[in-house]
Amino acid sequence: MVSPLDKKLGRDLWHMKGQAVAIAVVIALGVLMLVMMDGLVNSLDETRAAYYERYRLADVFAPVKRAPDHVLRKVAEIDGVGAVEGRIFGGALIDLDGEPVPIRAQAVSLPDFSAPRINDVHLTQGRRLDPRRKDEILLLDGFAHARGLGPGDSLSATMNGARRTFEIVGLVQSPEFLYAVAPGEFAPNDANFAVFWMSREALGAAFDMEGAFNEVLIGLGRNADFEAVLDLVDRALDQYGGLGAYGLEDQVSNRFVTEEISGLRVSSRGVPPVFLAVAAFLLYIVISRMVQSEREQIGLLKAFGYSNLEVGAHYFKFIMAIAIGGAILGCIFGILSGRAMVELYLNYFKFPFLIFEVEPKAFLTGFFVSVVTASLGGMVVLRKVFALTPAVAMRPPAPADYSHAARFGELTKRLLDQPSRMVIRRFIRQPGRAAAAITGIGTGMALSVAMLTVLASFDEMMNINFTVLDRSDVTVSFVEPLSDKTIYNLQNVDGVIEVEPFRFVSVVLRHDRQYHRGAISGQVSKPRLNRAVAAGNVPILIRDDGITLAQSLADKLRISPGDTIVVEVREGRRPLLELPVVGVTQNLLGSPAYLELSALNRTLKEPGRVSGAYLRIDSAKSNTVYLAIKNMPAVAGVSLKAQAREAFQVLMDQGAGGMRFVMAAIAGIITFGIVYNSARIAFAERERDIASLRVIGFTKAEAAFVLLGELGLITSLALPVGLLLGHYLSLAILNGFSTDLYHIPAFHAPSSYGMAVAAVVAAAAISGWIVNRDVAKLDLVASLKTRE
Amino acid sequence: MPKSDRAAAHSIAFRSEGVTKVYGIGDAAVHALRGVDLEVPIGELVVVLGPSGSGKSTMLNIMGGLDRATAGSVWFMNDELTAMDDAALTRFRRHHVGFVFQFYNLMPSLTARENVELVTEIADNPMDADEALALVGLKDRANHFPAQLSGGEQQRVAIARAIAKQPEVLFCDEPTGALDSKTGRAVLRVLKDVNERLGATVLIITHAAATAAMADRVLNFADGKIREVSLNDTKLDPEEIEW
Repeated sequence: MVSPLDKKLGRDLWHMKGQAVAIAVVIALGVLMLVMMDGLVNSLDETRAAYYERYRLADVFAPVKRAPDHVLRKVAEIDGVGAVEGRIFGGALIDLDGEPVPIRAQAVSLPDFSAPRINDVHLTQGRRLDPRRKDEILLLDGFAHARGLGPGDSLSATMNGARRTFEIVGLVQSPEFLYAVAPGEFAPNDANFAVFWMSREALGAAFDMEGAFNEVLIGLGRNADFEAVLDLVDRALDQYGGLGAYGLEDQVSNRFVTEEISGLRVSSRGVPPVFLAVAAFLLYIVISRMVQSEREQIGLLKAFGYSNLEVGAHYFKFIMAIAIGGAILGCIFGILSGRAMVELYLNYFKFPFLIFEVEPKAFLTGFFVSVVTASLGGMVVLRKVFALTPAVAMRPPAPADYSHAARFGELTKRLLDQPSRMVIRRFIRQPGRAAAAITGIGTGMALSVAMLTVLASFDEMMNINFTVLDRSDVTVSFVEPLSDKTIYNLQNVDGVIEVEPFRFVSVVLRHDRQYHRGAISGQVSKPRLNRAVAAGNVPILIRDDGITLAQSLADKLRISPGDTIVVEVREGRRPLLELPVVGVTQNLLGSPAYLELSALNRTLKEPGRVSGAYLRIDSAKSNTVYLAIKNMPAVAGVSLKAQAREAFQVLMDQGAGGMRFVMAAIAGIITFGIVYNSARIAFAERERDIASLRVIGFTKAEAAFVLLGELGLITSLALPVGLLLGHYLSLAILNGFSTDLYHIPAFHAPSSYGMAVAAVVAAAAISGWIVNRDVAKLDLVASLKTRE
Repeated sequence: MPKSDRAAAHSIAFRSEGVTKVYGIGDAAVHALRGVDLEVPIGELVVVLGPSGSGKSTMLNIMGGLDRATAGSVWFMNDELTAMDDAALTRFRRHHVGFVFQFYNLMPSLTARENVELVTEIADNPMDADEALALVGLKDRANHFPAQLSGGEQQRVAIARAIAKQPEVLFCDEPTGALDSKTGRAVLRVLKDVNERLGATVLIITHAAATAAMADRVLNFADGKIREVSLNDTKLDPEEIEW
């Protein structure tokens, strides 16, 4: 049989279902965030691993200039090498009707008479290649969709200077091009970068690689010594122009995907705990105030002879019903929204399938935190109530002694009317309770401030990068370093206003045990179109006496100005250099390493070479410019800033950064929940007082003022607290969002702060309106007659 | 120990010596009790009179184990209440005492029967909840919630709740204070019945001096002390009391 106390529990919960649900929802949101983010990160990780395994992605990639096929046997004999595949990998340009500039593409060979042992592709539409036909290609699914291409369509591509037309027979996804990004770009852009696969024989003919290959893919055996394999592969390929073997972790697509997932992981570890902590703090405050208002009933139960333990257990169940209810709600919706988020990211990462998985740890943490904070909130108050004798507990708390607030009244007597003085004195009388309410609302508001600042900072980062740092319109890159005379040719094109040459050299940077596979960017000493900046976005000169590193890269290599960095050049004669580090930059995108252009060329003993140029053009003549560039030989690609910016915006809206919108929404709901709960509890605590005021002749509005005045006062005091806490919280959260790919400095826009203030004020107004309705509905006789 | 044996061994239910109670400290100190000595024999119906602030409620709270004395001693039978810890006081209330309050103090979320069961559940030798409700004439209102009952009915539920555990002592603080005279008499009748049928010692605090006519013993409180103790040779029935 259900005991009467349990019946009381059930009915009390039902009676205050509105409040109980409001509290449960706040804690649920904290838990939801944790479970959702954990599910998202785990699932992406698991899915990626499974995808790599099923399609046998290589463990080691070894590019080489040109090696004959028989070298593969030598590579296969290396200890630790499990599977080997040689392939041809080359750049191409695709001409599409109506497109002003050619689109960069990557051509990849597939074995002619068998499925690839390594780096297989996933066919989404059409069929695989027919080895007897040399004009068939498989096209990357993402590009095909962005351009409305499909099996049966034809495509012309220029490879090695020759233009050919191919028939698309199938669309594929590939674990190697999860993140399909053109060389030198940061953000994937489905419409502007293509990958196509074709028969080994046909591609060999196009690149003069018959009976040879220019990249080895290696699958490692179990217990392989990774470093030793790299070393032996490099030695085997050395005489054929090996460009340095590297592992999967340095493979471009995998690196970007890993960065994105780890960005999500960092923000999943950093942000949800903050949300959960705020929710837990609120739960603590709400529960303690709720138990406080049950004081008389506690006294009564004790008068009947219920022990502290029995009464405690009763309220513990009450608290747990709300806390566990909230946690369960959070878990369920966390799983649902986690799944939805994964589906969203699936679009972005282009996994062909999805493995959804949440670690039990997330559930347990969510439950543990909600249960512990709720119990704490309850226990702290129960202990205080238990310390009272039942006779005292049963009486409504003795009228609080407002005498030391009296002088204050004298002071303000002329200024304030009676109800205002009631509000003020209650404040002074119970500073602890007021402080808790202020902190509660302030913390909730801090979440909103922080998330709005995060949103503004993302926009500002984009803005700074594409206006202050990058002031070019077009970037032209060449197939190989060319003489700087090319620059004059570009300058003479009608419509080109300014030209700034650059040289990119593929390198591995080393310092102690840290290394980074990237490029050195040779720039003119005083760049105008693509600038490096110091703190505060002040442009700096590019030095010729040493390397200037992006802060993020300096951190990664654990190096600082004054140290010497080892540079392994991965092209040309591949010299090994030692250069001093002379400065750091505060760049926002990527991790560049700068050296003045002619100093770089001198160091490489290749004077007057450029790999491309940044252009500023007359927008009225852009088509003339594009046409001129299209007809220039040796152009490997053209990228338009407008497109790059758009691609980057997409990256940040759909990638790890996309999470900021979800977080902002949840922050808003939590903020509202806190304000609403504060108003509700204040009403519950003062119900009798307000009824008394009504009885002695106060109008509804006057009585409500006592309550709403307090809410207003607390809210206005909470505003500065929220602004301050939000300021620091935003720094912490932004740190979590920054990755190797982009760094997001905090941008404290007055509008973000203003919006948070407006949101809290609006939440207070709505809550006040709801409570005001309850004041109007108050049954005077009932609430005064019976002590409940 | 069985009730009858105990009653034979001790004729006195409550005894107190020099009980004082001070609320607050320093200037704000309020002396609610200034040395109360009393004796209440087992099975009597005692009416406690006195103006507001005379200390009568405080004294009853201390005797009922709801509050603690600042100084002095109170015995219930052989046990010194003033020496008990919280757990012992809880056991004392649980097994020996019933309370009836001026404002009924029913749990609004429980029905009449469930309010009674709240007590029968933890008592040693309770009567059936329905039986207790029948004793106060509310058998057919058992499934009503407090909000559906009149003031008198609510007070009778409170009495049923108090007597359901078959307490040795029943404390009633202004049980008729919130009721009209007709309902008040009915409630007093129930209390008298409990006193006579269950043999419980009943202490009733009241403002209504006329109630004293139904008591065995009348304690008059003033200024934190007992000013006068009077014994009635002939008791009136509640129905005969002038209100």
